[in-house]
Amino acid sequence: MLWACILLPQLALDGVLRRHPDPAAPLALVTGPAQRRVLRAVNASAKAAGLRAGQSLGAAQALCSRFTAVAHDPAEDVRWHRFLAAWAYRYSSLVSHEMPSALLLEVEASFKLFGPWPRFEAQLREDLKSLGFRHRITLAPNPYAARALANQHDGLAILTDGPLHNALAQLPVERSGLPAEVASSLRRMGLSKLGQVVALPRVALGRRVGKDALAHLDRLTGSLPTPLRYYQPPDSFSSRIDLNYDVESSQALLFPLRRLTADLAAYLAGRDGGVERFTLVLEHERCADTEVVVGLLAPERDSAMLFELARGRLEQERVPAPVRGVQLLARELPPFVPAGRDLFDARPQQAVPWEQLRERLRARLGDESVQGLGVRADHRPERAWQAEHSRVAPPADLPRPGWLLPHPVPLRDHQLRILAGPERIETGWWDGDLRRDYYLLQTSQGQRAWAYRAAGDPPRLTSHHPASSAADGFMLHGWFS
Amino acid sequence: MAVVSSLESLLESRQVWRGRPAPRAPSSQPTGFPDLDDALPEGGWPETGLTELLLPADGVGELRLLWPTLARLSQADGMIALIAPPYLPYAPAWMNAGIRLQRLQIVRADPRDALWATEQCLRSAACSAVLCWPRQVDDRALRRLQVAAEAGQCLGFALRPIKAAANPSPAALRIAVDADPARLRILKCRGGNPPPQAIPFAADGCRPPSRQGGVVRAFPPSRVHKLYALRARTH
Repeated sequence: MLWACILLPQLALDGVLRRHPDPAAPLALVTGPAQRRVLRAVNASAKAAGLRAGQSLGAAQALCSRFTAVAHDPAEDVRWHRFLAAWAYRYSSLVSHEMPSALLLEVEASFKLFGPWPRFEAQLREDLKSLGFRHRITLAPNPYAARALANQHDGLAILTDGPLHNALAQLPVERSGLPAEVASSLRRMGLSKLGQVVALPRVALGRRVGKDALAHLDRLTGSLPTPLRYYQPPDSFSSRIDLNYDVESSQALLFPLRRLTADLAAYLAGRDGGVERFTLVLEHERCADTEVVVGLLAPERDSAMLFELARGRLEQERVPAPVRGVQLLARELPPFVPAGRDLFDARPQQAVPWEQLRERLRARLGDESVQGLGVRADHRPERAWQAEHSRVAPPADLPRPGWLLPHPVPLRDHQLRILAGPERIETGWWDGDLRRDYYLLQTSQGQRAWAYRAAGDPPRLTSHHPASSAADGFMLHGWFS
Repeated sequence: MAVVSSLESLLESRQVWRGRPAPRAPSSQPTGFPDLDDALPEGGWPETGLTELLLPADGVGELRLLWPTLARLSQADGMIALIAPPYLPYAPAWMNAGIRLQRLQIVRADPRDALWATEQCLRSAACSAVLCWPRQVDDRALRRLQVAAEAGQCLGFALRPIKAAANPSPAALRIAVDADPARLRILKCRGGNPPPQAIPFAADGCRPPSRQGGVVRAFPPSRVHKLYALRARTH
């Protein structure tokens, strides 16, 4: 087995920065009690301004007047750590997030799928870069050694035990993962490299440094196998962004929304699932949260598509108060089957499949905006169609108009000509009785109308103007077009 | 003295190349009306692009003109989208016209969103034909639709009132439908001059082409007479 260690030295800061609208502005992570605030981490531009981790907040404010101070939240660290474990789960089934700010992946089994280590590593780095996390990656035959090497190296890959022992021997004791007091006492003994420590007689060393440190050394060399606790992906997704300021326009929500949907898509890809329904919770200061439900007709997991749909729904939404936080919840994650596509099918640019187009239209125009058309076995024109497709035998080939008015209206025309009729439609005593004589008429404009009169009420026709007096009492119900 | 040589000898010496009109390839989008096909430079609808139908009123034969094309397209892949139609498409009649209803999608939208929806459908390449009824649309919006139809390789039909014929339009083909007498006037066609004379488009009764043979059947006149006779007796 080969273990990759992804060390995340700035996990807390990166977690804050990736949600910040302007990551280039000076920013510092602050921790400690209210009386003694200390900078925990600073970003590049803050560092350029002279801020350092460990400074007190007062000193930092004296150095640089305008930097954003964000309180450090340990719960956030845990959440980001878990999120990255979910991301790593797509590359390996054995992922451990047991060690703080580090991920351990068993990668040898995944080489067949993701290529040899250099390519695999490049892929990991690319993903982490796009997710916005700084990292160091090392590879070693056992997880503890990989973790210890990541303290000193970046990009080091050791495949066998021989070179591993050499590399470990070169490791300074402070960076070997030994407890700080053990490392400093070893240093005082004149032992600076791990190789010198391991070379000492084991029993004497054990008496000096204690059992735990000895076990740690054994784990590094791989002679004491210790199982890790592995990550198990949860069955639902939830992510939250605190905005820290009042947002009043939907435009300003797009940035956090893009992050949230990208996170959701990364998570879904990891568990090879899709999402059919998710909720955006817009948190307000004083009133109840607004919930925007985004429903799809079929499971999807493409991040651009999820973003676009959520955006479409969000733009329609009216909120009672400024938004302070956004949360994305997805509880049901059904399996996802990607649509099969012809490999050599030449498609125009910007082509989207119908399913995606339908979701896009529904997101902006409303759930009921896209309808199919179907036939129902009924003689009444109002009930002979329905808004979804049905498998009914084709109706009898009667003269029926292509356009139907949703509600019949009186037909007003001074020059109607009867072309055919009447055809009586009389049915439906059980639910909405209907007795009508339908005529095919020609209007003065040359349109062909389908209009009806009450049954048994023939139009009055005189010999001189057969049409003019027939105009009364016709209800227009359709156009033969 | 100038040498006079006869035309025949010149042509026989093969020094003059004579162009010959190439036989026109059959269009991939025939309209289903041979008279109209003959009048159009491509022998059918423009293969991708926007076609404008200008109507004096609703219900003057626009569906009769489009149904054969839609019936043909509905047999293939791709959806037929009706964006905000002015009336309900009456399913039995459309089915009898030979259109597979599962390929038909109706998009309800208010006039403001209808143009957006039309452009999305045209551009997506998921639709084989898109019908729209743009109200108050300007030259820029129509150009957008035309470009979108070309990008999505899709037949776009914009049904507009005849008043719009006075304004220029970027559509690839513009046909005015006259109700009385029933005829089609080609106002503009890309790739050729519009024919000067109108194309007869007689309403052969109220029925769409029948499903069985594609023959347009009229109302049997005998039946009409019979119905009149029946009513005369009841009086």
